[in-house]
Parts: sequence; structure tokens; C-alpha cells
Amino acid sequence: MLLVVEQFLNGLQFGLLLFLLAAGLTLVFGIMDFVNLAHGSLYMMGAYFAATFVVWTDSFILGCVLALGATLLLGILLEFVALRHLYNRDHLDHVLATFGLILFFNDAVRLIWGPAGLALPLPPWLTVPFQIMPGVYYPAYRLAIIVVALVVALLLYFVVMRTRIGMLIRAGASNREMIGALGINIKLLYTLVFGLGAALAGLAGLMQAPILTVQIGMGENILILAFVIIVIGGIGSIRGAFLAAIFVGMIDTLGRAFLPDLLRQVLSSSAASTAAPALSSMLIYLLMAIVLVVRPEGLFPAGRR
Amino acid sequence: MRTSFWLAGATVLALANPAFAGDTIKIGFVSTFSGPTAVIGNDMRNSFELALDHIGRKMGGKPVEVIYEDDGQKPDVGKQKTEKLIQSDKVDFIAGYIWSNVLLASLKPVVDSKTMMVIANAGPSQLAGELCSPYVFSTSWQNDQTPQAVGEYMNQKGVKSVFLIGPNYAAGKDMLAGVKSTFKGEIKGEEYTVWPSQLDFSAELSKARASGAASIFVFYPGAAGVQFLNQYAQAGLKAQMPLYTAFTIDELSLPLQKENALGVPGAQQWVNDLPNEANKKFVADYRKKYPGLRPTFYGAQSYDAAQLIASAVEAVKGDTSKKDEMKAAMEKANFKSVRGDFKFGKNHMPIQNFYLQDVVKEADGSLALKTVATIVKDSQDKYHEKCPMK
Repeated sequence: MLLVVEQFLNGLQFGLLLFLLAAGLTLVFGIMDFVNLAHGSLYMMGAYFAATFVVWTDSFILGCVLALGATLLLGILLEFVALRHLYNRDHLDHVLATFGLILFFNDAVRLIWGPAGLALPLPPWLTVPFQIMPGVYYPAYRLAIIVVALVVALLLYFVVMRTRIGMLIRAGASNREMIGALGINIKLLYTLVFGLGAALAGLAGLMQAPILTVQIGMGENILILAFVIIVIGGIGSIRGAFLAAIFVGMIDTLGRAFLPDLLRQVLSSSAASTAAPALSSMLIYLLMAIVLVVRPEGLFPAGRR
Repeated sequence: MRTSFWLAGATVLALANPAFAGDTIKIGFVSTFSGPTAVIGNDMRNSFELALDHIGRKMGGKPVEVIYEDDGQKPDVGKQKTEKLIQSDKVDFIAGYIWSNVLLASLKPVVDSKTMMVIANAGPSQLAGELCSPYVFSTSWQNDQTPQAVGEYMNQKGVKSVFLIGPNYAAGKDMLAGVKSTFKGEIKGEEYTVWPSQLDFSAELSKARASGAASIFVFYPGAAGVQFLNQYAQAGLKAQMPLYTAFTIDELSLPLQKENALGVPGAQQWVNDLPNEANKKFVADYRKKYPGLRPTFYGAQSYDAAQLIASAVEAVKGDTSKKDEMKAAMEKANFKSVRGDFKFGKNHMPIQNFYLQDVVKEADGSLALKTVATIVKDSQDKYHEKCPMK
């Protein structure tokens, strides 16, 4: 029972982290109709910035805040210099150009920080396990990720649902031509949205950095999951991304945790331990396939075009 | 007119027949030079190059040419690169290979073409057993051997029970099988993770804690070892469940693992402070040639691979068409290995000592790996009886 609670938290933490990444992606894809494969590179840059700034400032929090700002600026700069010129092209050109950006960022990082990767050590107060209920200890840092991600999700919900900017963003997701015709500065809105997406990706990257290592190409595997999430959740929908991310995080973690034991009931022990990891990593894609068959627009589509 | 005709004919012959073109010794080296594990490939290349420097870049009086190929840690790419080296580069030797799954995929073209092969890391159980082959040698180990030594060490320490975690691929299965074969306590559970994409081990660590085992054993090479140690420490398990490792802490991962690696034991057939002369020279010259870097066991095995190849070419005075003579020369392991003396079993796998290594703080505050004791002497892999070679 205690194990179930712990695995549930693991799944929640992973899901919330995926949400931060997917939220930026779904905003950019849904509102700007722009396929950004380089979103994973921004995640990587967030982690590299954090690893650098934390050492410079000698403060974990301050370093992370600076890294967040740096990723935001980088996103705005990227949009301004490169991506702005691609909006009128088709999706294939987006894919080609942003794939080029992945290569660019990977080699830029190799030039600046070297190929070996960096470590982002945690301050001592975050490395102690935290007792959440009698007998259940949970890493304090993972708990911190859950709290920060939930706060960011709430803020995002508030901004998108309750503010003028949010209204414009939602309007942009539903009908881009109309919002332009109404005299809204769509270019500025796009730059803002892209910067916001970049900052969210950077936040996911810098929060993941102390758990994983900061290394070249760290955003590529996780980007695939983020795409799966926005497909399941419905493109352009923050709410969809949130629910789908939690769903995917839970399925991935609980699958890894309990599938081997389930399979051992029917298969031999060694066959089960080999098959279970393969099977549990398939579950997410299976879910996506089912969603695509039943509701091709995703579970919570942002609006009709 | 007539002379030019003959010249042209001779050229065509020379191009078509590798024995004619053999004024250089060509070596193909397959390893990982891109992606997160490229640091391992770089260390292997550095060490191989250093070995060539030490032997004057000549073998049997002929200059040596090395062609490095990147397998990207993918079995299909490794196989493709291996075929390219054999078919279009027509190499005399093929060496390298970090990953067991890449090696297993690449083995068939090597064996079919009877190319001489020296493996510098991967040691799948199949290769030591039923897939052993006359022209294939290893300067590393069979995968099970190192964790077997760890299991022995855990017996010596009186560890009661263990929870095993490893990646779900050929080497991961061998490693866990290795511990299980020697460890006398109870195995409380075993978990395999998706390789190489899974980097978050929270679910596995939670299960390990819930199993109530007295200790954890892991095998995570490269960056995954850094991530595992981070998460193990953050979960607060360091005080509750001591960690035992194979190929998880090395000179490449240690600068990132830092304090998390302090006091975590592992086993290895080579440690940087082994007191033999060849090793002292290797480590000192490596650090001189590549400032800021330290050699790893991957490098030590690659250094030995170059020496083993050189010993074969010297024995036939550069005539690499005499494969059986080269094979006979290599079986003697007649070179100064940086791990100290070792022998080859009839399956061409080393019979060698395994040492206990620990992480200690040096005088200048940096962390280093150090030999603590010899765990097993002259260990031979347990699959050699399945090898049909005499």
C-alpha cells in the first residue's frame, strides 16, 4: 500500500514535469500552427543555463531564476531571428528548420560547455528525504518539483482563462485570421507566446537537471513524449495537455512499477522481467493510438477551425 | 604502349587484391563517438592513439592506418559500419565495441569474412560460449565476470540480501546473472529498465526500498550511472541500503557523480593505480597527452587491444594474410598488459584478476578511484565450456 502511494507520487511528479514541456509545445503548435522540434533544445538550454548560473551565483534558487530568464530571452530571440520567417511556410519546412536548430543547439553546447555534460548539485536542504506520512519517505526535491509545477499550472490557467492576454491566446488558438482582422498585433502575440513556451521548457529542463545529468541531446527523448501528450490532450489546449501529461506520467510510472509483477503471474520470471520494460514503454503509444482512433482531435480540442 | 598496359593491369590487380595493397596495416575501430556516451568512445580512441604513439605508429615495419567509425550506440548502425569497414575499406583488423547488443549485431559479417577482431569492451555471454570464433579475441572481460566478483565481495562483507537493478539489454541481463551466480544471500527482487532511453529510476528505487533488501546492486554504464547515483542519494537510500556496482563509477562519470560516489564499491580488472610499469607509463602519458582527462578502464582495454594487434603483426612480420599464425601469436597474450599479466582461455576471453575499487578523496580535494584489494584471482568466465573451439 505504501509502495502504491510512493509510485503514485512518482507518476504525478513525472506527469507534471511533462506538462511543463507539453504546455509550451501545445501553445506554440495550437496558436501559431508552428511545429517546433527545437522545443527539446530549449529544455536542454534551460538545464545548461541553470548548471552554469548556479555555480556563478552560488545559490540554487537565484541560479534557477536567472536560467529561467535566460531561456525566456533565448526563446524570444530565436523567434525574432529565425522562426518568424517560417510562419507562412508549410509544416514540412517547420520540421526541417527546427530539426536544423536541434543540430545547431547540440553543437553550440558542445562548443561552449564541452561534450562531457555537467552536474547540477542540489543544496543540502533539498537532498533529505521527506516524511509525507508514517513510513513513507519521499525525496524532498521531487516533492518540490510537484509543488512548483502545480503552482505554474495554476498560474498558467489563470493567465489563459482570466486575463486579456489569455483571451487573445485562446482566440488565436480558435481562429487566427479573425483575431488578426480585429486589429490585434499578432506578431507581438506570437513572440510572447513563443517566449512563454520557451520559459516553460526551460523550467522543465532546469528542474529535471539535478535528477538527471545535464547533457547534449537530453531534450530529444522527452520531446517525443511531449508530442504524444499534445496529441492525446488536443492541440492548443492547456487543460488537455495537463490531464494528458498526468495520465501519461502515471501510465509510464505505474506500468514500470507493477507490470513486471503482473506478468510474473502468467510468464516465467526471467521472461517477465525482460518483456515488462518493453511492454510498459509501449503503453503510452498504445494509448495515443486508441485516442487517435476514437477522438482524432484529442480528448480536449481547443476549438473548431 | 605495352608497358602502360602492364602497369594498368598491375594497378587493377593491386586494387582488387588486398594482399597486394598491404603496405599499411589497416585497423577499423567501431565505438560510440556521438550522443551522450560519446565520452566513452573518445576515451577509447585517445588510448588507442596513445598505444600507437608508444609503438611508433608501425607494426611489423609497416605504417598503421586506423579508421574510426561511430555506431551511435545503435546495433543496426554498428553492423552497417562494420560491414563497410570489411567490404570497402578491407581492414586487416577490426577493434572497439562498447555495447554488447551492438557487438552481437556486428559479429556475423566479421566471422563470415574471417576478419581478425579484438573487442575492447563488450563481453556478451554468447561470445564466450556458443558464438566463440577462432579470429575473435577480447581484451576486456565476459560481462558476468565483473559482477561475479562483486557478488564474491558482498559474500565477504556478509551482506544478507540484495535488490538488483539493470538496463534491459544483452549486457544488463549478463550482469545481473553474474551477481546471482556468486552471491549467496537472498535476491529480494530484480528490475530491468528501458535502455538507453529511461533515465528516471524513481519507480525502481521505490520498489527496492519496499522490498526490504539489505543492499542494492546496479549496472549503469555512462551517464545513466550518474543519474542513478543522483536519484539514489536524493531518495535517502545511502544510509539504509548500501550500493554495490559494476561499471557504474569510472573516471568519466566520477566528476559528475562527485560526493555521491564516495564509498560506493565496485569491481574491475583494471584500476588506474595498479602498480605495474606498463600501467604507470600508460596513465602518466595519457594525462600528459590529454590534459584535464584521466584514462578509464575502457581506455585501458583499448590500449591493450592495440598492443595485442601489434604483437600479432610483429609475429608475421607484417604479412597479415597469415591469419593462423597471427591467431597463434595472439593466443599467447605476449605483451605487457596494463592490467598486469593475464592468459587467454580457449574461447579467447581473458583469464584475469578482479580488484575491489573504491572512491577516495585525494590530497587536492579531487575524487579518484583506488584499488583496495584483490577479490578474485585468475577468474575465468563460466561460459567457456560451451565454446566448441579447442
